[in-house]
Amino acid sequence: MATVAASPTYASHATGEKEGIMAWLTTTDHKKIGTLYLHTSLFFFIFGGLEAVLMRWQLMKPNMTVVTADQFNQLFTMHGTTMVFLAIMPLSAAFFNYLIPLQLGARDVAFPRLNAFSYWVYLFGGLFITIPIFGWMAPNGGWFAYAPLSGRTYSPGINMDFWVLGIQILGVSSLAAAFNFATTVINLRAPGMNLMRMPMFTWMSFVTQFLIILAFPVITIALVFLQFDRFFGTNFYQVSAGADPLLWQHLFWVFGHPEVYILILPAFGLVSEVLPTNSKKPLFGYPVMAYSGILIGFLGFGVWAHHMFAVGMGPIGDTVFSLTTMLIAIPTGVKIFNWIFTMWGGSIRFTAAMKFAIGLIALFTIGGISGISHSSPPSDLQQTDTYYIVAHFHYVLFGGAIMGIFSGIYHYFPKMYGRYMNETLGTWHFWLNFIAMNLTFFPMHFSGMLGMPRRIYTYDANQGWDTFNMISTAGAFLLMPATLIFIYNFFSSKKGGEPAPPNAWDAATLEWSIPSPPPEYNFAKIPVVHSRYPLWDLTHPERTKDVPHTDAGMVHTGEHDVVDMHIETETFTAKQLGIPMPSATIKPFWTALGMVIMFTGLLMMPHNKTAGYAGIGVGAAMLVGFLYAWLTTPLEEHH
Amino acid sequence: MRAADSAGRPIPSSVLSLGAQPLVSANAHAAPAHGGHEEHHHYTTTGLDSRKIAIWAFIGSECMLFASLISTYLIYKGRSIVGPFPHTAWTNPQTGQVMKPILNIPVTSASTFVLLMSSLAMVLALAAVENKDKPLPAGAGLGDRMLASSKLWLWATCLLGAGFLAFQAYEFTSFVHEGLTIKTNLFGSTFFTLTGFHGAHVTAGVIWLGTLLAIDYKRGLGPKDALNVDIAALYWHFVDVVWIAIFTLLYLIPD
Repeated sequence: MATVAASPTYASHATGEKEGIMAWLTTTDHKKIGTLYLHTSLFFFIFGGLEAVLMRWQLMKPNMTVVTADQFNQLFTMHGTTMVFLAIMPLSAAFFNYLIPLQLGARDVAFPRLNAFSYWVYLFGGLFITIPIFGWMAPNGGWFAYAPLSGRTYSPGINMDFWVLGIQILGVSSLAAAFNFATTVINLRAPGMNLMRMPMFTWMSFVTQFLIILAFPVITIALVFLQFDRFFGTNFYQVSAGADPLLWQHLFWVFGHPEVYILILPAFGLVSEVLPTNSKKPLFGYPVMAYSGILIGFLGFGVWAHHMFAVGMGPIGDTVFSLTTMLIAIPTGVKIFNWIFTMWGGSIRFTAAMKFAIGLIALFTIGGISGISHSSPPSDLQQTDTYYIVAHFHYVLFGGAIMGIFSGIYHYFPKMYGRYMNETLGTWHFWLNFIAMNLTFFPMHFSGMLGMPRRIYTYDANQGWDTFNMISTAGAFLLMPATLIFIYNFFSSKKGGEPAPPNAWDAATLEWSIPSPPPEYNFAKIPVVHSRYPLWDLTHPERTKDVPHTDAGMVHTGEHDVVDMHIETETFTAKQLGIPMPSATIKPFWTALGMVIMFTGLLMMPHNKTAGYAGIGVGAAMLVGFLYAWLTTPLEEHH
Repeated sequence: MRAADSAGRPIPSSVLSLGAQPLVSANAHAAPAHGGHEEHHHYTTTGLDSRKIAIWAFIGSECMLFASLISTYLIYKGRSIVGPFPHTAWTNPQTGQVMKPILNIPVTSASTFVLLMSSLAMVLALAAVENKDKPLPAGAGLGDRMLASSKLWLWATCLLGAGFLAFQAYEFTSFVHEGLTIKTNLFGSTFFTLTGFHGAHVTAGVIWLGTLLAIDYKRGLGPKDALNVDIAALYWHFVDVVWIAIFTLLYLIPD
């Protein structure tokens, strides 16, 4: 029987484990996949940021000609699409991957190969939709692609084809990942970890998975209609055939509003880990934090038409959606106050992560308040499609989601790499980012209220917007050095950062009870959990004395390696401990590639039928063949 | 011996089945089990296999998919500018040609019956797989033997599903001959897309069941495969239930 004391003479790469690039292409380890997600989405984050900088450059002064009108359309479409689908969602997915199994006390996600598949589909889908901008052929109909304007009649080129098919590909990735993580949270919790003991990040991620599961099929269908209209001449969005020009808007926002909570809830979860740890206090109002997350998820499906107050839905529709929108501010406000009360009376440690978390509270509150201001239809009619809206959603997405994600990166970097990020550079990053962000987006409130519309590629002088645009552009330029500092810090700290102990921040949850970086098997012995703060029960019992401790849910599993809560300090290989791990496999990679080749074939159909059929045929053959090989191979090698 | 966890709760046979891949596998040295396969007594929080939970999550997602399709059909009901229409006749103002209501409700009622019967066959197939190890009672008649045959009921499910698809192929072809394509009007676009999506789901289900049938011929399906069959059955029943909604809303409710 293998034990922790087993002989460490076992060669770590003795059994044909892949090395180098193949190790990454074939990995099924949730931590490696999380790392892949993190790096890829940071790349797309930079890319989307540069698109924004180009737009701000064009808008710096009246009547500039840095880019043409059509290039500007492509830039704002791809900036939005990139940030939503290729940066923030997968940055959250990086944390889902890395943290959910660790916080639950599990050895991997429920379906490790499906997890790899999700990543590869995301990567290929991201390239599919991004590459066209290098030839100025990128989607140009806005990130919400309003039909009929995005139909073949008004968007005849290949541009919107990339968007329609690309978003469809990315939806596959998100859905596959959501089934996986929802199952993982439901089924792979350590003994004793009932739902009300899950760390708050895992809670918010759990809610997010349900939002993805229920919201993405709606955009899938909206895209199918648009795709059929564009490729096969159907009438879904053909007003001349009697179609309702609002159909797309309704379908899109039934997806689109839950989507904004998909973007923000994981960040809320991250700061809910950072704030208690660095305040040295349990999270204030844990149950209410969990319930408010669920309530935000529910209400998030009932507010979509507040994006459409200007279309003339009539007083009943406007009133209902106005009220639900105001209602959703309540659970969100509850969270804000609970974070403040978490810090209240705590002995606060101002780490870079903590600064970003507090930054989220401040900036998200500003974005939330401007959000309330357009929950009222008469007020919204003054604001809709102006820069005021741009200011609002950048405060909630940049000020909220991105600040929360930066907070999470600084906080969890020592867990991922066993080294701290440089705190001085982190502080520089925070302040530059914070100032630049406000410099960029705060003036947009004014330019918007003065009537500057969104999405215009240039404007005439002397409309009262000149100064505000100049300030916004200065802020955007300042965001570049801020991000550069972060990137330098991130990569240099991997190698040269100060070594971090396993529990780098003296935190309370399971992921900190194991070595950093975590061994492939995560937990040599699965811990049994008695409270929400199992690690503080061992290290700081005085902090958790008011938290309920019970034996509830503590079934004895009959497994010899389930033991009471403990701290693991030594790293072994899974082989040494006799823990079966999922085999590395290339099949999810090829399956994902086959799927994207299939979509590429579809893209070619209107232009070159032969290439189209070839692409669809080759892609489908790859998809089916590798999927068959995947499904007929067991997850683990037999020992 | 009925397996039970230490709290005395019986562990469902699906958890112990071979098909269950070790997910949070903890013990590599579990006692070898029947059939020469290693059996992993994997602890899961719910006691269910993760695949069972994932298929329910998937079905939840599919509900929203079909809800979007069906809502669009209903929103566009009666908004087509030109015919043919589903339930009423239409006279082409240019040619004076009269187009009859296009839906053939008797034929579709028959195909609906066929699809619903496939769900019955699916239930019997799962029961046959689950009870494969139980010896037939002494003096078992033909009926008992038939009920115990997983191959028979998997074949029946597949063929009934294929029969439904044949009806759909006939329906689509005749509609096209009568002048209704996916491009003709809003009814054509929504009808072909909605029923086409459903037909694609039936097709996927038939292929899925076909692979189970192939395994049954290759090595015989037994109780250890019950979870695999159960998951396919859940999907199959879901696709049937969706058809009941479609049949009622599209075919039975007139304009």
